[in-house]
Amino acid sequence: MATYLIKRVFSVIPVMLVVAVIVFMMLRLTPGDPAAIIAGDAATSQDIAQIRDKLGLEEPLIAQFGIWIGNMLTGDFGDSFYYKRTVSSMIADRVGPTLALATFTIFLACIVAVPLGTIAAYKQGSWLDRTVMGMSVVGFSVPVFVIGYIMIYIFAVKLDWFPVQGYQPISDGIGGFIYRLIMPSMALSVIFIALIARMTRTSVLEVLNEDYIRTARAKGLAESKVMTRHALRNAAVPIVTVIGFAVAILIGGVVVTESVFVIPGLGTLTLDAIQGRDYPTVQALIMLFSVVYVLINLFIDVIYTILDPRIRY
Amino acid sequence: MAKISKSENSENVLEINDLTVRLPKGADRENAIMDVSITIGRGEIVCIVGESGSGKSVTAQTVMGLNPPDQLSPTAGSVHLNDESILGVSQDRLRQLRGERMAMIFQEPMTALNPVMTVGDQIEEMLEIHTTFSASERREKVLEVMEDVNLPDPKKMADSYPHQLSGGQRQRIMIAIALALEPGLLIADEPTTALDVTTQAQILDLIKDIQVRHGTAVMFITHDFGVVAEIADRVVVMRNGRVVEQGTVDHVLSKSKEPYTRMLISSVPSLTPPKREPIIKGDPILQTRALDKIYGSLGLFGKGRVVHAASQVELEVRRGETLGVVGESGSGKSTVARCIVRLVDPNGGEILIDGNNIAGLSQKGIRSFRKDVQIVFQDPYRSLNPRRTVGQSIVEGPMNFNVGKVEALERARELMRVVGLSPDALDRFPHQFSGGQRQRICIARALAMEPEILIADEAVSALDVSVQAQVLELLDQVRKDFDLAVLFITHDLRVAAQICDRIMVMKLGEVVEQGPTASVYADPQHEYTKLLLDAAPGRDVDFSGAASI
Repeated sequence: MATYLIKRVFSVIPVMLVVAVIVFMMLRLTPGDPAAIIAGDAATSQDIAQIRDKLGLEEPLIAQFGIWIGNMLTGDFGDSFYYKRTVSSMIADRVGPTLALATFTIFLACIVAVPLGTIAAYKQGSWLDRTVMGMSVVGFSVPVFVIGYIMIYIFAVKLDWFPVQGYQPISDGIGGFIYRLIMPSMALSVIFIALIARMTRTSVLEVLNEDYIRTARAKGLAESKVMTRHALRNAAVPIVTVIGFAVAILIGGVVVTESVFVIPGLGTLTLDAIQGRDYPTVQALIMLFSVVYVLINLFIDVIYTILDPRIRY
Repeated sequence: MAKISKSENSENVLEINDLTVRLPKGADRENAIMDVSITIGRGEIVCIVGESGSGKSVTAQTVMGLNPPDQLSPTAGSVHLNDESILGVSQDRLRQLRGERMAMIFQEPMTALNPVMTVGDQIEEMLEIHTTFSASERREKVLEVMEDVNLPDPKKMADSYPHQLSGGQRQRIMIAIALALEPGLLIADEPTTALDVTTQAQILDLIKDIQVRHGTAVMFITHDFGVVAEIADRVVVMRNGRVVEQGTVDHVLSKSKEPYTRMLISSVPSLTPPKREPIIKGDPILQTRALDKIYGSLGLFGKGRVVHAASQVELEVRRGETLGVVGESGSGKSTVARCIVRLVDPNGGEILIDGNNIAGLSQKGIRSFRKDVQIVFQDPYRSLNPRRTVGQSIVEGPMNFNVGKVEALERARELMRVVGLSPDALDRFPHQFSGGQRQRICIARALAMEPEILIADEAVSALDVSVQAQVLELLDQVRKDFDLAVLFITHDLRVAAQICDRIMVMKLGEVVEQGPTASVYADPQHEYTKLLLDAAPGRDVDFSGAASI
C-alpha cells in the first residue's frame, strides 16, 4: 500500500508536465495578444512591443517555458499581467468562495441523491422509482445556466426567498454565508443529483440480487438496515467513483455558476484571466485544477480499499 | 453415527399443511408448489429431494417468508412453527422469528456472506438484532459459537473477511450465524453442494452433530441422494411443485415403488466402475511431460503469493480413450486443462498434440492446433453467448477456419441430430433451452471443429442427476463415434467411475495417483485417494439398479 501510494504520487509529475506544455502552448497559439489588450485601442505598435518586452513575451517560447517551470518549482507562479499582484495572492483571495461552493454542492448532491437512488432501487418499478428516474433525465438535460436563471426568477425575483446573486464570506457570519450559497449550490447540484442518483440506483439494484442480502433478511434484520448496512455498503464503489467524477466536473461547472450568480471565486477569476489573455494567471489556475483532479483520483483509489477489503494494491 | 429416531410423543417443530404458492402470470405453470404437506419433529432431519424446478427451495423460502411477496404468494394451506401460524403473520413478527426460532443456510457460502463485513461482525449482527446483550457479551458469544462449529482460532478469524476463508470455513460461519440463537428449526438449502467432497463430509458431520446436541429440527434440501443417504431421517421427494412421496430414508432409498423416485435413484452414478475394455492400441494423441504452471509472482520484494497450480504433470490420452482428472478445488485439474488448450501459458514442460509440442508456441503458432482441442465448460448457462442463436455459435468456429457458411450450417444441422436435438432449433437462442439441452449444444459446438481431443471441464456438474446421466451417455457415445481422446475433469467420483477408462488423482497441483479406473477404485494406493473415496457421500449405500453406461 505504501509503495503504491509513493508510486502514485510520483506519477503525478509526468502528468503535470504534459498539462504544463499543453496549457502553455494553447495560450500562445490562441489569437489575441495580451500586450495589445493592455495597451488599449489607441496604442501604437511601438507601445505594444515595449509592453511585450516588459512582460517577457519577446523571449523565445522555449525560454519562456523554462523560466515559468523554473519559477514554479520555487513556488513562484509569477505576476498577473494586469493587477500588480502575484498570481498566488490572487488565487488565495478567490479560492474561498469556490471551495465553499464546491463543497456545499457535492454535500447537497450526496445527501439528496444517495437516499433517492437507494429508495428508487428498493421500490423498483414503483411510481416513486419512475419519478426519481424521470427527474434525473431532466436534471441531466438542462444546462446549469438555464437552471440558475430559472431559479433566480422563481426564488429570488418572484418569491423573494433568496438574494438574486452575490457572495458573503464566512467571516461575516455563517448564516449569511450559507443563505447566499444555497441557490447557487442547488443550481449546480442538479446535474450531480441526477448522475449520482442514477448510479446509486443501478448499483444498489445489482447488489439487491446478491445472496448476502437474502442472508441478512434471513437473520431477521429490518429492511432499513438491510439497505444501508448490507446493500449500500456493497454498492459504494461505483457510487464513490461517480462522486469523484462529479467533483472533477464540478471544477468546470463552477466557472459558469459563479458568473451566473456573480460569486467572486476561481471561476470568475479564470474567465476574466482568459478573456484578458492573462497568461500567468490562466496557467497557474489550470495547473491548480489539474493537481486537484489528480489528487481526487488518488484519494478515491485509496477510499476503495477502505470500502472493499478485497481491493488491495 | 446413530440416527435419532423420532420418539412417539415428540412435538412437531414445523408443520406445513396443503401449502400452495402461486407463480406470477406467464410462468410455465400456475403454482410453484401445490398441496405440499411436510412435518418436521424436534431432533429430526428431513431431506427434501428434487431436481431443479421441483419447488423445494420455494417451500423453504415460504417458511422463512423470504419469497418476493409480489411474485410468489401463498394462496392456500398453512405453515405452523411451534404451533404458531406464520403464514399471515406481520413482517415484524416474522423478522423476530427469523434467527430466534428458525434460521437458514444457503448453497453458496462464497456469496451468502457480505464481502465487506468481517465474519465476526456478521455473526454478531444476529445477536444485535435479537438480544439485548452488551457489546462485550456479544463478542464473547460470537467466539463461543465459532468454537461450537469447530473453527480454528476464533479470536483471529472473527476479524477476517469472507474472501480470506476457505469454502468450508465460510459455510461454518454461516452455520454459526444460523445457530447463534439456537433456533428450533434449521433450514439448509443445498448447503454442501458447492463444497469439495472432503469438506462436504465435514460439514454434514457438523450439521448432524449440532442437531443431536441441540435437538434442532432440520429441513435439508438437496438434489444429491448420496447426501440423503448420509444424513436423512425422513425423505420428501418433490417434482414439479408437488410432493411425490415421503417416508423414512430406508423406505425411500430401497423400497420405494414410486416410478419417479426409482428413476432419480437409478440415475445416481454408481461408485463401482463398469467393466471397460482397456485402450492400448495406437500412440497417445495428447501427452504432457513435466507440465508446470505457477500463478502469481514473488514481486519486487519477494513478498508476492505464488501458487504452484500444476507441477510436473505427466499424462497421456489415446484416441477413443477417456482419462479422468479427479481432484478437489485448488487441485490444479482445471489449470491442466487450460494449459492444454493454451488458455493459460504453462511455465514449463511439454504439451504434445499428436507429437507436436505446443507448449512454447506463440499465440499465432498455436492457431492451427486450436481446432484439434475443444473444451466443454461447466456452466452451460454462461458458456453460450445469450445474444447469438445457437446456430451462430456452432458455425462460428468452423467459419474462422475457412469453412464456408453453407457447409458449416449443414454440419451444424447434422451435429444437432448427433447430440439429440432438432436441427430446426438452430435459429433459437440459448435461453430457450434447458440446462441439459444447452450442454448438448456446447458439445455440438465443440464437435463442429472436428477435434481430435475433447476436454470436458466439470461438464455435467451443474446438471440434475437424470439429465446428467443422459449427457454422460452422449459424451461416451461421441467418444466412440468420433474416436475422440477425452480428458474428463471432475470433482465427482461417481461420475468419474462411470465414464473414465483411466483415472488421474490430483492434489495441490501434483498427480498423486494414476491408473485404470477399476483398480484405482478397488484398491486405491495413495492416502488422498482413499480419503476422497471415503468422503463420497452415501458410499455404503448401493443405489440398486444404478444406471451404468
